[in-house]
Amino acid sequence: MSTDASPPLVPGQAAPPTESGDLSRSIASSGAGDRVYTGLTTFFALCIPLLLAFLALEIGRAAWPAFSRFGLGFITSSEWNVPAGRFGAAPAIFGTIVSSVIALVLATPLAIGVAIFLSEFAPPWLQQPVAFLVDLLAAIPSVVYGLWGIFVLIPLLRDPVIPFLRDTLHLGATPFFAGPAYGPSMLAAGVILAIMSLPYISAVSREVLRAVPRSQREAALALGATRWEMIWDAVLPNARSGIIGGVILGLGRALGETMAVTMVIGNRAEISASLLAPGYTMASLIANEFSEATSDLHLSALMAVGGVLFLITIVVNGIARWLVWTVERGAAG
Amino acid sequence: MNRPKPAFGLLLAVAASLAVAGCTSESGKTPADTSGSASTKTPGRLTGAGATFPYPIYSKWFSDYAAKTGVKINYQSIGSGGGIRQLSEETVDFGASDAPMNDTELAAAKGGPILHFPTVLGAVVVTYNIPGLSAPLRLTSAILADIFAGRVTKWNASAVATLNPGVQLPNSDILVVHRTDGSGTTFIFTSYLAATSPAWKAGPGAGKEVAWPVGLGGKGNEGVAGQVKQTPGAIGYIELAYANQNKLPYAAIQNSTGAFVVPTIASVTAAAASIADTLSASSDYRVSVANAAGKDAYPISSMTWLLVYKNQRDSVKGKELVDFLRWSYETGYESAAALDYAPLPAKLRERLIARLGMISLGGA
Repeated sequence: MSTDASPPLVPGQAAPPTESGDLSRSIASSGAGDRVYTGLTTFFALCIPLLLAFLALEIGRAAWPAFSRFGLGFITSSEWNVPAGRFGAAPAIFGTIVSSVIALVLATPLAIGVAIFLSEFAPPWLQQPVAFLVDLLAAIPSVVYGLWGIFVLIPLLRDPVIPFLRDTLHLGATPFFAGPAYGPSMLAAGVILAIMSLPYISAVSREVLRAVPRSQREAALALGATRWEMIWDAVLPNARSGIIGGVILGLGRALGETMAVTMVIGNRAEISASLLAPGYTMASLIANEFSEATSDLHLSALMAVGGVLFLITIVVNGIARWLVWTVERGAAG
Repeated sequence: MNRPKPAFGLLLAVAASLAVAGCTSESGKTPADTSGSASTKTPGRLTGAGATFPYPIYSKWFSDYAAKTGVKINYQSIGSGGGIRQLSEETVDFGASDAPMNDTELAAAKGGPILHFPTVLGAVVVTYNIPGLSAPLRLTSAILADIFAGRVTKWNASAVATLNPGVQLPNSDILVVHRTDGSGTTFIFTSYLAATSPAWKAGPGAGKEVAWPVGLGGKGNEGVAGQVKQTPGAIGYIELAYANQNKLPYAAIQNSTGAFVVPTIASVTAAAASIADTLSASSDYRVSVANAAGKDAYPISSMTWLLVYKNQRDSVKGKELVDFLRWSYETGYESAAALDYAPLPAKLRERLIARLGMISLGGA
């Protein structure tokens, strides 16, 4: 599908692979300019992995005192006590993962809905403005999201939303919505992150849906499918791997976000089942404490938190690659 | 079907690098290193780094001083911790901190002994949101420790009510709001609680960040103040200057003589006046004025310090630093009150001017 741009018109004109290989090799060795160009691009390509390796090395070196002192307890302990010199990052790890998961649960259906509407249903005059506005969400600085969260979102959650969830939907009986609701909470952080990751998911999904070939749609319609069946059976399966990629991109955004989350999550290093309880994230912890950290162990513990966050990001991206790969293979086979 | 792949593969890479950049962008040192051989040829330029709390008064001092003498002082308000680190590494000419350096930090400094010079005083006030309350709430250290430890949880608890006769206190939960970023404000407040409450000293203790038993964390004075303003029943602590500039209510606190004192410039200066007699030119100035004696003294007060090496290797810069400190004690202090900082009492300033003689110029 991707090489349909210039089909060979004359039979037998398609060059055998060996010949084209020799041709490209002879071009590559023909001039000094090409050699410089090859060297330059190779250098650039190597820069990024080197930078990444250097980053990992440096974080690992700085974090080593904390890891060797606390061992596995650094990840499992809930006590983060600076004056006593005891550091356990479990609440921050928990908070980072839970707030990001809430964000994805809220943002994914919304973003895919927006993408389907824009690529399949929207009249042309509406398509461009709505797509532009959704993309604009990605350009808003995170501190602005944080301020909006404090002054608009939290009062909204406190008044109509939480009473509705608790009393009208009777979710107050479950542990997830129990306890006092102050406003700043895991839920508030999740909602902010959902809004922030939405444009990433929707922009990628939109492009992927558009790239599904027209012939697929026409074939489905020709077989008597309704518009809905056409989208569900012909378009979405083809776009699956790309949409998953978009979701993972949104997840990356949610995991690393610092400022907006710090402003609305309540910053309490505690693990609670309730989404209305305040929490903490790894990025917030580092941002809050780095500038005033004086003891070596404290600095090292913050570096170790950075290392754990780094590792989680790498694992998430690894999973994303793997998911996209399996989905693609499934689609092809 | 492969067409979209390169595009979002690139995006994935960008996302990964962004997530990574987010957690590593603050890496220790900032390029403040203008000391050394290059700057000795251009006298008239000093660099410092440290506390954010006194930054407004310091920047006014530096600009006034530059206008008068031509000596330019470049100050980066990166936080007390960063200031101490940079001074220890000798990348700046002086540091500034809201909490005095401890003995381990002093021992780690590469340039030898460090002297603490107090500059101005700051106070931390207890702000609250109780609808319909007109007069300032009256609180004691024991009750503050109980509230911030989660042992007193209702506004109309008998311990609070007996201190405030005739005040209608609501039957609502107390929501504690504290600073979540490491800060001198937290250090001053927790030092006060630790100095007055044995239970607090044994529990969370004193520090720039402590393990709070209860409550929500706000980032910065504005984070705490915003949370308190929005939530009826909330209590928090912020700097006096911030509370005044934003017209927030604050409590009168009982001091060591039993009087209830509202924080003002005069009552904060009074806290330092009570310890001035115990200090001489050569004593250790890493002293606390929390819960100071004196019937007018506001108890949650603290000094903030400039940190200077005792042996100045560069005699030109050393002399400029001494001259600036002398100027701040003789003239600069007058502009403090206008910016909501309490100036040091006259007696203490005289002793500090004498103390400047301890700085040796030219090193070794």
